[in-house]
Amino acid sequence: MNRKSRLAALEALAEQRILVLDGAMGTQIQALGLEEEDFRGQAFSGWEKSLKGNNDLLSLTRPEDIKAIHKRYIEAGADLIETNSFNATSIAMADYGMEREAPAIAKAAALIARQAADDMEQSLGRPIGVLGAIGPTNKTLSLSPKVEDPGFREVSFDDVYSAYLEQARAMAEFVDFFLIETIFDTLNAKAAIKALIDLAQDIGEEIPIIISGTITDASGRTLSGQTAEAFYISVRHAKPWALGLNCALGADLLRQHVAALSRISDTRLIAYPNAGLPNEFGEYDERPEETAEHLGRWGQDGLVNIVGGCCGTTPAHIQKIAEAVKRLPPRQIPTRDNAMALSGLEPFSRAS
Amino acid sequence: MSVSLSRFINIGERTNVTGSAKFRKLITAGDYASAIEVARQQVENGAQIIDINMDEGMLDGVEAMTTYLNLIAAEPDIARVPIMIDSSKWEVIEAGLKCVQGKPVVNSISLKEGEEIFLDHARQCLSFGAAIVVMAFDEEGQADTAPRKIEICERAYKLLTQKVHFPAPDIIFDPNIFAVATGIEAHDNYAVDFIEATQAIKQSCPGVSISGGLSNVSFSFRGNEPVRRAMHSVFLYHAIPAGLDMAIVNAGQLDIYDEIEPELRARVEDVILNRRADATERLIEIAEGLRGQKGKTKEKDMSWREAPIAKRLEYALVHGITEFIEQDTEEARLESARPLDVIEGPLMDGMNVVGDLFGSGKMFLPQVVKSARVMKAAVAYLNPFLEEEKRRTGTADVSNGKIIMATVKGDVHDIGKNIVGVVLACNGYDIVDLGVMVPAETILDAAEREGADIIGLSGLITPSLDEMVYVAREMQRRGMEQPLLIGGATTSPAHTAVKIDPVRENGPTLHVKDASRAVGVVSTLLSDSESDLLAQSTKAQYQRMRESRSGGKAKPRLTLSEARKAALTLNQNPVPKPEFLGVRRIDIIDLAELARFIDWTPYFASWNLAGKYPKILDDKKVGAAASDLWRDTQTMLQQVIGQKWFKPKGVIGLWPAQREGDDIRLDDGTIFHTLRQQMVKDNGLANFALADFVAEKNDHIGAFVVTSGEESDNIAETFADKGDDYSAIMVKALADRFAEAMAEYMHWRVRTEFWGYAKGEGFDPEALIAENYQGIRPAPGYPCQPDHTEKETIFQLLDAENTIGVSLTSSYAMAPAASVSGLYFAHKQSQYFSVGRIERDQVEDYAKRKGWETRKAERWLGPILNYDPQD
Repeated sequence: MNRKSRLAALEALAEQRILVLDGAMGTQIQALGLEEEDFRGQAFSGWEKSLKGNNDLLSLTRPEDIKAIHKRYIEAGADLIETNSFNATSIAMADYGMEREAPAIAKAAALIARQAADDMEQSLGRPIGVLGAIGPTNKTLSLSPKVEDPGFREVSFDDVYSAYLEQARAMAEFVDFFLIETIFDTLNAKAAIKALIDLAQDIGEEIPIIISGTITDASGRTLSGQTAEAFYISVRHAKPWALGLNCALGADLLRQHVAALSRISDTRLIAYPNAGLPNEFGEYDERPEETAEHLGRWGQDGLVNIVGGCCGTTPAHIQKIAEAVKRLPPRQIPTRDNAMALSGLEPFSRAS
Repeated sequence: MSVSLSRFINIGERTNVTGSAKFRKLITAGDYASAIEVARQQVENGAQIIDINMDEGMLDGVEAMTTYLNLIAAEPDIARVPIMIDSSKWEVIEAGLKCVQGKPVVNSISLKEGEEIFLDHARQCLSFGAAIVVMAFDEEGQADTAPRKIEICERAYKLLTQKVHFPAPDIIFDPNIFAVATGIEAHDNYAVDFIEATQAIKQSCPGVSISGGLSNVSFSFRGNEPVRRAMHSVFLYHAIPAGLDMAIVNAGQLDIYDEIEPELRARVEDVILNRRADATERLIEIAEGLRGQKGKTKEKDMSWREAPIAKRLEYALVHGITEFIEQDTEEARLESARPLDVIEGPLMDGMNVVGDLFGSGKMFLPQVVKSARVMKAAVAYLNPFLEEEKRRTGTADVSNGKIIMATVKGDVHDIGKNIVGVVLACNGYDIVDLGVMVPAETILDAAEREGADIIGLSGLITPSLDEMVYVAREMQRRGMEQPLLIGGATTSPAHTAVKIDPVRENGPTLHVKDASRAVGVVSTLLSDSESDLLAQSTKAQYQRMRESRSGGKAKPRLTLSEARKAALTLNQNPVPKPEFLGVRRIDIIDLAELARFIDWTPYFASWNLAGKYPKILDDKKVGAAASDLWRDTQTMLQQVIGQKWFKPKGVIGLWPAQREGDDIRLDDGTIFHTLRQQMVKDNGLANFALADFVAEKNDHIGAFVVTSGEESDNIAETFADKGDDYSAIMVKALADRFAEAMAEYMHWRVRTEFWGYAKGEGFDPEALIAENYQGIRPAPGYPCQPDHTEKETIFQLLDAENTIGVSLTSSYAMAPAASVSGLYFAHKQSQYFSVGRIERDQVEDYAKRKGWETRKAERWLGPILNYDPQD
């Protein structure tokens, strides 16, 4: 399958049933019990800074481990897998002094996911989509880190834009989609969208975009203060293949926000919550059946088109989730009227 | 401003260094903390978008824009609204776009520097996810006249939507508001140019919004706030209905149009609308005297609150004010011995004043219906006290008389009946309204059960006439002697005289022309002294009408074969084949768009206000009432549109067809039957039948059913349940208008798109309303084809019941009532005509073609027979 035929197959499948996304990468990596030298491998044995915890780097130093994780998720029932590239931008890699390595890491992540998907696609006889994961970076464009200077910004739009453009260009050859995820500042996401639009112009091919925001607490807003609908209006110009929410909350607390977005969004709805909230040790202990029961109900209630897991979820979770939703019809996508819509932190729609 | 302010978008203008000296000083001094407060006040004052402009020679625009927007991002009270990034410098706009996480508006881009730069900027805006304001500015300069404004915007629209795929809803055109009353004659028409261009652009560029910088218009009166404010309000008053969606305004400073001092308002209006050559001089004349005034126009006149209680109630009733009615009613109750005294005393006195004013033509129907609303509110307030008293004393209700009203079986139209009911209720009659589609038995049973003094029947379609005859006959059979009142659009004194009156002898039957006559007729009929006189004189009058009709026997008619010889011969210009054949359903989501197709003249007529819109608003006699109604209607319209109360939908079909004699045959064997004029014509015109407009081979025909949807009935009912008949009637009348507008809209699309025989046709609502286009859409039951049963063929072909939920009653009325159906003829020579009366030979021939007994044909064609079937 090439990207085009795979996309067509996935679109057809999405008409028939709810699609399943994979679960957390970090949890699986943790389980490998890797040490500093495992992260470094041969290539970075002499690196000045500590590299333990740089999960994205493993695509270069432990590619077979990463590929095996992808395959476990596909076996568990995932239709879509995410590349191990959440932090593979020059901005996020600055903590390890690996700004310049970021594109190589991103490219390796995309290639590994592609290989895993291609292998399994053949043996299982169903299409597997690869989502090039683009994280939020660890800097925000709408908020000042200095309380006393609210106009200050740690990075500029141009910095973030360039970092995303570099990451996306590195992955473009191997991915079926780009996934801008865990968005807590919409302006960061808009920089990513602009990078992807410009990249499409440059390479002459549009790779579909999936967008997933993060509601951080009970207020129902993103960290940068937008409501779910305002967020939706702000990123609609990406013409997202799917749009939804992930992370920060477990399925029980995320449901109302998913439902709200489900009512208004005129594209496929994707949702992948954490395995509950972390316990006092920072571990997620919601059992696979519990997560699956929540998501199964979302599916039965017609809220979602794609579900999967975020922090704390495992192949066991994905397997249970797949069992719960794979026979369910997808959410009917509502059509939206053609009225002008703008947004600040809140939506502004003109009655038509 | 009472025009659509809720839909109208205020853009805050105070955060603009070019428009506000105060803001400029703050920014140039670097006092951003105070500058942020300006934005906060804007939002608090109701700005829905804030416009931010840093175009000042001494400023680094990129830096100022970036700093200001970053600071605003930290203020949730301000950042909640969208930002308009306003600059004439692209690098400043780009800097702004990099600071806002929401979806902003860029103000502005234009064709000033050519297509390439324009499209590049548009692409950039799209990739930043921003809406855009596009100025009517091109390589030649800024557009001043309407044609230039339109030309540039249309060109920009085409480029944006076709080359960049810019979403139309994200395009906002600014067709340039320029200063008027500058003393330069060439500027006099600038406001009119803007308004005209706005209207045209809205039509030719679907989906876009229109904006403008309002303060420009009054530029020549700077320093004179009262005049400037009046100019702004008057400008908006006219520009908003034309399609202006938003403007950069000082939200806290708009005068209410109606409260502008009338002399000033009239002179400002002359200037804005360029109504007279000396308009500017005349405004300047009074402008000096106003300079320096605070600008606040006259307060609402509350002096009536000082009057004694009875006068206050009267005032509230006459002016339709519900605001104080409960407290006033309570005050009157405390002063009265019994609660009933309040109704029979001050409230009925007040309603009598209303009745007198209405009777003498000084008040008009909508105002009376509003009075009724006040009355109902007062009575509702008193009800618990009345009940309480009844329980204590055991007395019964007192009423001037009880009237049973109904729309007859098979008919669903009730706006007129409801109006009559309200007017009668105002006059103290007890109304039992049985609703629509009421069988004769139900009406008469209810009349007997309730002890009704009078029965009133209503109907709009011709088959209802027969049903009324049946009700009259049943009254005779059951020995019911109450007066029977006949009303509704198709009823007439002649029909009542000839068909209904003769079937009963045991009581009077009277035709009542409209609501304004109802009270007089009813009060006379229920008065002991005058009732017989009216009954007898009417009976005598009807007798005379019958005699003159049968005596002055029908005008000579052509035989059917003679008439056929005089059929129209189509010229040799066949209509092209439709772009699309078959059946298609169309839903309308954008009610605002559809509202522009509304012909308002019939709307006023439905309230008994005669006159052509918009002239009617200035009419000497009914102008004030019409204007009040218009304002209330606009408010209601906003609700209808904003809350999507109606769900208009339609289904059309286009098929190959050919003429076959007086019929039209489709390929599948379906036949549309038509009727031919048989009158003798001495003007050389043909004797038309609709079939004439279809060629004998290789031609086509279309059909449609459209509706406002069934939702309006429930909404009207909700209002009626709350005692607000005024709003209930308004909703229904609006639903009718939307159905007609939908018919107009679909016909337009058929001409320009689905059939596509008039692709070049422009888009001009006035021309549409005046039917200045090629082709017709006659409806069965109307003069071109008076046979209602032909609707059935249309409904079957289009499966209208299943596709859009419109069904036919036993009398071939459409339910829901706010629906329209008909046929499409495209030939240039097709035209509306009236079949007129027809002879027995055609009726027999028609019956044969339809597979009917002649008697059945005579029943359905009853109203147009040129002979008496009993002869």
